[in-house]
Parts: sequence; C-alpha cells; structure tokens
Amino acid sequence: MPKYKAAGMTRRELYEHQQRRRSLIIAGISTICVVVTIIFLVPLAPGWEKVQKSFFNGAVLTKTFPKLLDAFRVNIMIFAWSAPAIAILGLMIALARDAKSPALFPLRIFGAAFTDIFRGVPVILTVYLIGFGIPGLGLPRPWNSPFIWGSLALILTYSAYVAEIFRAGIDSVHPSQRSAALSLGLSERQVMKDVILPQAIRNVVPSQMNMLIALQKDVSLLSFIGPVEIFRQAGVYKSLFANFTPYVGAAIIFLIVTIPATRYADYLMARQMRERR
Amino acid sequence: MSKKMIVSAVALALLATNAFAGGHCASGKTLEKGKFTIATGNPAYFPWVMDDAPESGQGFEAAVGYAVAKEMGFAKEDVVWVRSSFDEAIQPGVKNFDVNMQQYSITDERDQVVDFSVPYYTAPMAVLVGASATGTAATIEALKNLKWGAVGSTTAVQKIANSVKPNNAPLLYADNADVNAAITANQIDAAMFDLPTALFLSAVMIEGSKVIGQFPSSESDDADQFGMLMEEGNPLKSCVDTALNSITKSGILASIEAQWLQDTTGVPLIK
Amino acid sequence: MLKLELRNVVKRFGENTVCNGISLGVEQGQMVCLIGASGAGKSTVLRCINLLEPIEDGEIFLDEEDISIPGLNPQNVRSKIGMVFQNFNLFPHMTAFENAILAPKRIRGLSKVDLNAEIEMLFERFELTERMHNYPDQLSGGQQQRVAIVRALAMKPEVMLFDEITSALDPQLVGEVLDVLLQLKAQGMTMVLATHEMQFARQAADKICFLKDGKVVEEGTAKEIFNTPKQAETKAFLERALK
Ligand SMILES: Nc1ncnc2c1ncn2[C@@H]1O[C@H](COP(=O)(O)OP(=O)(O)OP(=O)(O)O)[C@@H](O)[C@H]1O
Ligand SMILES: [Mg+2]
Repeated sequence: MPKYKAAGMTRRELYEHQQRRRSLIIAGISTICVVVTIIFLVPLAPGWEKVQKSFFNGAVLTKTFPKLLDAFRVNIMIFAWSAPAIAILGLMIALARDAKSPALFPLRIFGAAFTDIFRGVPVILTVYLIGFGIPGLGLPRPWNSPFIWGSLALILTYSAYVAEIFRAGIDSVHPSQRSAALSLGLSERQVMKDVILPQAIRNVVPSQMNMLIALQKDVSLLSFIGPVEIFRQAGVYKSLFANFTPYVGAAIIFLIVTIPATRYADYLMARQMRERR
Repeated sequence: MSKKMIVSAVALALLATNAFAGGHCASGKTLEKGKFTIATGNPAYFPWVMDDAPESGQGFEAAVGYAVAKEMGFAKEDVVWVRSSFDEAIQPGVKNFDVNMQQYSITDERDQVVDFSVPYYTAPMAVLVGASATGTAATIEALKNLKWGAVGSTTAVQKIANSVKPNNAPLLYADNADVNAAITANQIDAAMFDLPTALFLSAVMIEGSKVIGQFPSSESDDADQFGMLMEEGNPLKSCVDTALNSITKSGILASIEAQWLQDTTGVPLIK
Repeated sequence: MLKLELRNVVKRFGENTVCNGISLGVEQGQMVCLIGASGAGKSTVLRCINLLEPIEDGEIFLDEEDISIPGLNPQNVRSKIGMVFQNFNLFPHMTAFENAILAPKRIRGLSKVDLNAEIEMLFERFELTERMHNYPDQLSGGQQQRVAIVRALAMKPEVMLFDEITSALDPQLVGEVLDVLLQLKAQGMTMVLATHEMQFARQAADKICFLKDGKVVEEGTAKEIFNTPKQAETKAFLERALK
C-alpha cells in the first residue's frame, strides 16, 4: 500500500505537505543565521559600546518608560477625538466635491480648494500656523488651547486625505448600483445614503486604517505647540539624562500600537483583494 | 597686642604695599605694563553696563571689572576699556584685551580655543510672564496658579516641576521662539528661562511681557555660568581666578549682583 | 388607450445619436420585446423610459401623461415603472429581503412591520422564501435575477422594463428567470424587454420591435417578424441570430 494512502492523503497533498515542510525548514535556518549574525556581529562594531549606552540603556529605560506610557495617554486622547472628526469631515468634503446640484457649486469649489490646500502643506506647518496663529487673534482661554487648534490642524489635514479616499471609494461602486437604486424610485440622497456610501465605505476601510496609523504617529506633531505627549516627554528625558534611550522607549510604545494595526490593515487589504478577484 | 596679630598686620600691610606697587601677580603679564585692559560689547547694554559707559563702573559687568582689578592691585585709572565683537573674541588668536566680559557662557567647545576665568555669575532661573499676568506676585504660591511653559530640552522643565509645582501641567516647546509665540497667543502665562535670556526676551521679543522674579541660583539648575574670556594660555588666568575667588568669598560679588541684577532690573528673588 | 408610448424619442451621447426618433406603443398587459444587434440602442430606450437618461427630443407618455417634460421629478415615474438590469442589480451589502424592502420603506413610508408580510408573500410567490435572508453573493445568478425582479415588484409597478436579464447567466439558469417573466405576463403585467433570447421572444412576445442604429426598423407580432419579415435588415439580423 502506498504511503500517502496510509496517511489519509492524496498523492498531491502528500507532495505539498513535504514541500511545505522543506520550505519551513529552509526559512527557519536562514532566519536563525541572519539573527545570529546580527546579534554577534553588531556588538563587535567599534562604536557598539557607546551606542548601547546611549540608545539601549536599561537603567534609563526602566526609569523613563512608565512616564512615557503616561505621556502616551495624551497621544491617545488627541487621537480619540480627532479620528471621528476626521471621518465625519472627510466624508462631508467627499460628498461636497461630488455634489451635483448647482446650488452646491460653492461647496464643490470649497471642497476642491480645501483638499488642494491641506494636502499641499506639510502637516507640521499647518499645526504651527493654526496652533499659534488662530489663538494669536486674541481668543480667551480655554478657547485658545493648543489642544483644540492643534487637533483642528490635524483634523483639517487628514480630512483632506480621507476625503479623497472616500471619493475613490464612491467611484469604485459600480454605476449600475446607482441606476438600480434610482430605478426603484429612490431620491439621489437616499441612493447615496442607503446604497452607495455603505459600499464605498466598506471598500476603503483598509486604506482608511492606514490613515489612522499615520494619524497616530502625526499626533506627536502637536508637541511643537506645547502639549507634552510622548515625543516631547522623551525629548525632556533625553536632555535630562543626556541619553537617547527615551526615544527608543517611545518608539517601542508606538510600535506596540502600530504593528498590530498595520498587520490588521494589511490583512483587510489582502482579504479585499481576494474578494475582488 | 599679641605677637600673632602683629605678624598678620605686617603681612597685610606688605600685601597692600605690593598691590599698590602695580600688582605682583599680574605684573608683566598684562597687555600693557601697569594697565588692566577689559573688553566689553559694542555696544554694551543694560544691566551689564549702564548707558554704554563702562568707565563709570555702573552696571554689573562694569562693577565686577573694577572689583577684580582692585583685587589684583590696579587703581581705578589703570583700568582700560576696549570694545570687541562677541564672535570675534571667541575665535582663536591674539587678543587686544586682557579679559573680555560680555556674558560669555563657559562651554567646553569654547574652552578649546580660549581660556575662561572661574565664573563671575551663575545665571539663575527667572520667571517671564505675558501681558495678562504681569500683576502676579513673586511668590511660589502665586506662581502655582499660572499656566506654565518652557523649552523642553532645558533644565527649566525640572525647575518648574520641582520648585513651582504648578497646578496645571506645563506646555513644552522646541525653542525660545515657540515659547514666545505661546506667550503672545496667551496660551501660557509664564515661562521659565535663565535670567539673562528672560531679560532679553522681555525687553526685545515679547511686547508687554515682564520678568517678575528670579530664583536663587543653584548648582542643580545646570544653568549658564559667565566667565571672563582670555586668550588661550594667558598666564594672567590664575591671577584673575584668585581675585574672583576672593571677591566671591568676601561677599563683594554677591552685593554687586544684588545691586545690578536684582535691584536695578527690578527682578526680585522669589519667596 | 396605450399604457406606454414613445413618440419620436431622440437621445444623443455627445455626437453619437443613439435613439434617432423612436416611436413605440405598449398596450396594457402587453409584452413587447426589443431586439437588435449589440449597440442598436435597446438599453438606452429602456433607460430613457425610466428617465435614467434625459432625452433630447420627442415625448414619452405613461397613461397618456407626458413624463418626459424636462424638470419633472423622475421619482414618481420611476416608482411606477420597475426595471431590472443585466447584472450588478442587487445591493451586495443587504440581504435579499433588505434589498426588496428598502424602496417601499423609504418611498411608501411604511414601517418594516407593515411591509413584512407583503414582501414575504412576494418571495414565496417566486419560490425564494428559503433564500430571503441570504446576501447576494450567496445566491446563484438565476436567484439573484429573480430577487431583483421581486425587488422591483415590491414597489407595485404598473410597467416593468427588463434589460437582457438573462444574458449574464449560465444557460441552465436562464429558464427559471424566463419562467418568472411568463408568470408575470399571465398576471397581466405590462412589460418591455430588451433581449437576445429569440426563442423566448418568439413564444412569449405580443409585439416585437427590431432596432437598428437607433431606429425602429420593423415592428409586428412574433409571427410577422419571425416568419415574414418585411425588411431585408430584419431578415439578415434574424438569420444570424437564429443560427
Ligand atoms: N452613458 C453612455 N455614454 C456614451 N455613450 C453611450 C452610453 N450608453 C450607451 N452609449 C452608446 O450608445 C449606443 C447604444 O448603446 P446601448 O447600450 O443602448 O445598446 P444595446 O442595444 O443595449 O446593446 P447591447 O445589446 O450590447 O446591450 C452604443 O454605441 C453605446 O456605446
Ligand atoms: Mg444593452
């Protein structure tokens, strides 16, 4: 009796099984080689000791890490109120740009200008100009808070990008869907709300996930106008201890959040690709 | 009268005599025989030199200059003032002065190319407030209620956290200009700088702002220290250092500082 | 009295005149089939009737009322005229049932509870009860088209337009969909079909229009068109189509 029959597999399954095992072993060995090389060779570099002391200093890390986590709460807070605002504003701009009625023409122009401007200016400049500029007009406290205006800068910039993604999502819905919905007697608004948008939004979820990840990182730009979030806190510790380890600590905290999010976005993207095929 | 006392009296007299004779420590080591040449800025300004006239001895650095000269045994009329540009003086090379005083911070990099005396001034931390908070009293109690800001990479951050302990978390910035912007936008009431920086910012950069108080200078602040600048390898250094140490010990330096940097600037010590 | 009438309808896409003076009458309860080569303008005629495309010239009457007056709100007309397309008909993010209930809920302003029984009846009538709560991608092509018909019927239309609703289907699924059309005809529905199913048209149509280059070249009963076509073009087309 052939071996594969005994294992309860077809001939091809057995072959693929062996192939898989083979490639797993090869991948494992080569990974180990690379990691071992890094672990042994990097410390041999002449500057390693110095680098280790100023970038990977365990004592500094343990001392600063809890405070860095604390400061990261500020990032999360800013993120938490900016993200929904970005989603809403982005969607509104996308809809404004696709508005057909002539009465909404100014809205269309505004939408186009908006996306052009805020996609064209580096985020940090927008943060500076809005974060210092608008409060400088003489708003009373607490309405001149850098948290408010800095967040607004992020919201405006990201809405511009998010709006373009939403528009691409709306375009990606097959025109027949619109015809089908209209032929039922639905109004343009109802067609958009009940038929086009739900599909459009679902289509762009992976891309929007990537925007969220980028936003999570760019929240740190608010540190330039005052809020002591993780990047600034790490900078303070860097100066205090004359050591770069706090930055490494901050990077670790960012990665703890962004790696799973990135993986998830990639997974969604891959799943969508499969569905399209 | 005890023997001991007589000996010390004689010694004192001898010392004084030597001093009047043109300074035995500095003799032959100055640029010009029997003269002590001090450089100052062009122009020199408040509160370091009053009215751009160092010869008057008015102003902190002018006063310190004369005090050191006197300690080294120079008469008032033997002190010669010259002008020099700030940047030129910290370049290596031959100098047209014995010492140069214009708020030179002692740094390792500068010490490579020029010599510094021991510090004659340790810049204390001071509180700069925006127009809306100029009425704040110079007490920790009052300062606690202000909204604070500072440059994130300076020791001002620790000073706020440890000495003021404000009720609201401070906002931190990348550089002085950003702190200015925040004060101007009324996003913060107060910022912590070293006193010279604070005086400069309030006089030149931020309209309506005021330096309302200074902390006693302390080692832990890691603040700027000003030293007299000399040509690299100048043999005069040990004489200048001795003189500075001596007027520090005797309290002369402290009283000059009180007169010119607290009373004249109107920046009181914070209680 | 004609249920639906087109008079000299002209439709252009830019320079391209797709309907070049089309006239067509449909009586109550009639099934009219539009046949013709690809690009002849069949779909466009149907889309014009449903006001999905504005027309350049001519008139369209429903119950002797001009529905093609520019500026008229098309919604009322559309809810009286149902339409089913070749493909991408169903809304993929809704179940079959949700697809069917959406428009009645929105337009007739009835609650889900009020509509439930009615919609379920429709699904039952077309033997789709078991599939009612599936999403479109869980349905076969034939089932999808039948759901699309059910969805159109849920609006209680007076006229139904079908645009090649079987041409994207595997041959073995075509039958079940055409059966539904026969069922509707038996119930007296007024229908206009664009179709390539010549055998079906021959058996079921009350009237057949042959379109070419945006014009009605010939019209008549199935017998007339298939057995004794008058125009050479019609003859040529049918010879190719029936081969
Ligand atoms: N939205 C549009 N914009 C421009 N041209 C169009 C548009 N829709 C259709 N056309 C053109 O109108 C002509 C008729 O198209 P139509 O879809 O009505 O033909 P058809 O008879 O339905 O063909 P088929 O049997 O392939 O479905 C074609 O030349 C087509 O290119
Ligand atoms: Mg067609």
